[in-house]
Amino acid sequence: MAATDIARQVGEGCRTVPLAGHVGFDSLPDQLVNKSVSQGFCFNILCVGETGLGKSTLMDTLFNTKFEGEPATHTQPGVQLRSNTYDLQESNVGLKLTIVSTVGFGDQINKEDSYKPIVEFIDAQFEAYLQEELKIRRVLHAYHDSRIHACLYFIAPTGHSLKSLDLVTMKKLDSKVNIIPIIAKSDAISKSELTKFKIKITSELVSNGVQIYQFPTDDESVAEINGTMNAHLPFAVIGSTEELKIGNKMMKARQYPWGTVQVENEAHCDFVKLREMLIRVNMEDLREQTHSRHYELYRRCKLEEMGFQDTDPDSKPFSLQETYEAKRNEFLGELQKKEEEMRQMFVQRVKEKEAELKEAEKELHEKFDRLKKLHQDEKKKLEDKKKSLDDEVNAFKQRKTAAELLQSQSSQAGGSQTLKRDKEKKNNPWLCTE
Amino acid sequence: MDPLRQSPSPCSSRPSSPKTPPCEIHGYVGIEDVLDQVKIKAMKMGFEFNIMVVGQSGLGKSTMVSTLFKSKVWKCTLPGLGMPIPQTLQLKSVTHVIEEKGVKLKLTVTDTPGFGDQINNDKCWDPILGYINEQYERYLQEEILITRQRHIPDTRVHCCVYFVPPTGHCLRPLDIELLQRLCRTVNVVPVIARADSLTLEEREAFRRRIQHNLRTHCIEVYPQKCFDEDINDRILNSKIRDRIPFAVVGSDQEYLVNGRCVLGRKTKWGIIEVENMAHCEFLLLRDLLIRSHLQDLKDITHNVHYENYRVCRLNESHVLPRGPCWVNLAPTPPGPPVAPGPSKVCRQAREDSDDDEDDY
Repeated sequence: MAATDIARQVGEGCRTVPLAGHVGFDSLPDQLVNKSVSQGFCFNILCVGETGLGKSTLMDTLFNTKFEGEPATHTQPGVQLRSNTYDLQESNVGLKLTIVSTVGFGDQINKEDSYKPIVEFIDAQFEAYLQEELKIRRVLHAYHDSRIHACLYFIAPTGHSLKSLDLVTMKKLDSKVNIIPIIAKSDAISKSELTKFKIKITSELVSNGVQIYQFPTDDESVAEINGTMNAHLPFAVIGSTEELKIGNKMMKARQYPWGTVQVENEAHCDFVKLREMLIRVNMEDLREQTHSRHYELYRRCKLEEMGFQDTDPDSKPFSLQETYEAKRNEFLGELQKKEEEMRQMFVQRVKEKEAELKEAEKELHEKFDRLKKLHQDEKKKLEDKKKSLDDEVNAFKQRKTAAELLQSQSSQAGGSQTLKRDKEKKNNPWLCTE
Repeated sequence: MDPLRQSPSPCSSRPSSPKTPPCEIHGYVGIEDVLDQVKIKAMKMGFEFNIMVVGQSGLGKSTMVSTLFKSKVWKCTLPGLGMPIPQTLQLKSVTHVIEEKGVKLKLTVTDTPGFGDQINNDKCWDPILGYINEQYERYLQEEILITRQRHIPDTRVHCCVYFVPPTGHCLRPLDIELLQRLCRTVNVVPVIARADSLTLEEREAFRRRIQHNLRTHCIEVYPQKCFDEDINDRILNSKIRDRIPFAVVGSDQEYLVNGRCVLGRKTKWGIIEVENMAHCEFLLLRDLLIRSHLQDLKDITHNVHYENYRVCRLNESHVLPRGPCWVNLAPTPPGPPVAPGPSKVCRQAREDSDDDEDDY
């Protein structure tokens, strides 16, 4: 930019300077936390699993509340996603929780395309965020982030291994979202079967190259607990919203004739571990991974697909604007060309139509002329005929008058003769014919 | 780049998400542990703060910075003294990492020696504005890369402390010009420098006059009224706004007063204690800048000033129709990508083709 003389003295690359007293910026984390609290948090969970595996119940149990919604039927023609957003408040922290559930997953006969609606949904959320980020006038800090932060994949408790549908779906999702596989309805499996099942699942995931979410172990305060929890994946959970009296406390549990399964008992199931990991320890990390890893990957792929690059073949840095500008000009040029073409076509067609119309007009004129001529000829003929008729009539009249005159003359002169002749004629029938 | 941009539009940092039904939680879930998670992550990453001090030489800018952060920020003890006054305005930037109770702060201080020292000070604010905009530009370039870094290094100026010379009268034209331009691009905190040359009554009168000047010229200094989010903020910030500009005295030498070791300036008629509220308002400045509003300064820089710069910059580089223009990235079936921007040309072409249809 302008003639700015900036002498940057970064002594030995940012030396640490000792403080001679208490400055007070140790309150910075608190300031940050206060800001976050006033803004509120937002968390989006996607539950993928077959119908009837207890997704909604688990959500209710996790967040200690009753989310509304009826259970889905098994007769869905395709996989759909149902999304609901809730406002939770605990002490002074507000959480905007969005729970997205698959409806009809695994119910169809042909399940080849079952994963597609899920992938499309996740992509759509990334897309919306990318659109907002690329806007000129944007409000990113006030934007309701709808990107999926965690995907809980519900595995059916068969006790054997993962279904092929599970493997295919997880493989498609692992680069787009943080997957946490959990074994649903795990009160159907015994302890020994459970350990075998877990080992089988993890080995299958590893051999198929599915990358599930690993709890972060780089920060000392949570490294230990995350490390141990990583070994317990996938969590075997049970969900229940019914409270039963056990001992002298009310606890969430499921009652069977042979015993009661306590949800929050670590010896019975891994529900407490899941809650710890998902909410109490790693919620922020899940959000950060979604933003910095999955979203960035999506963004990079999308922009590269559109033809943007960071550096051109001469390794000079391209700017997004320049490429965008170039593409835009290209597109505008094309548009203009098309517009020209269309205009040409339009003009052409108009000319043709005009020519046609002119032809028709000419024809009409000719016809009119012909008709007129015909009419005139007819009229002339008629007049001629009338004239000849008149002549005839006149001639006849003349002859008539002449004949009458003659008759009157002859009747005077030879009236008797005529009488006689008439008598004779009368008498002689052969002469009466005149 | 026109420095006289429109002032930032008021906006709230509270998320405007869709209306959702509140749900009651029966029992402890542990959502509030997310606050600890946020804290741990923030402390691990460290904080950054960039401050710029603007004012004429001899007003005690460098001393003030040293007093604020209680460390020898500058390598030489008293810059300016004995050094020739630079002919042009030169900006000097120093970066240090300071740590307190586990919190690491990367502090960058930018000094402006030579500001307002020439005979003709016309356009002397250009290098300053240029520097600020350059930092925004750097951040913008990082942000629009395809492969971006996880954490973009933030060199944008979060706060600019403007030192008003203690004339006791009112703001000078140079001050007003600069403040008008600065407050549109960065958070500005004006202070009355070397306030030990004014008595308390003179200070108050001077302060009122400066506030009046600021109001007359529509200069919005930090904390800006339009960014107050709720009633608590407004009450707190009104108190601060009432005392701005703070009358401060800086010193990095310690003297013994009443058995305590305090920072102060020793004169023949007494010792002016820097951290004594009765003597000067340094504590208010320190609390505002560091203890209570540091995060807020950063947020407003990021959400308002940087966004304004970005809007101007992106609008400049291509001629676009007014209003939000977004890139249509909707996935299309295999074929050439749908080009960006619904433009007027496109609409006209469609209208033409419609007209074509109607004629047949």
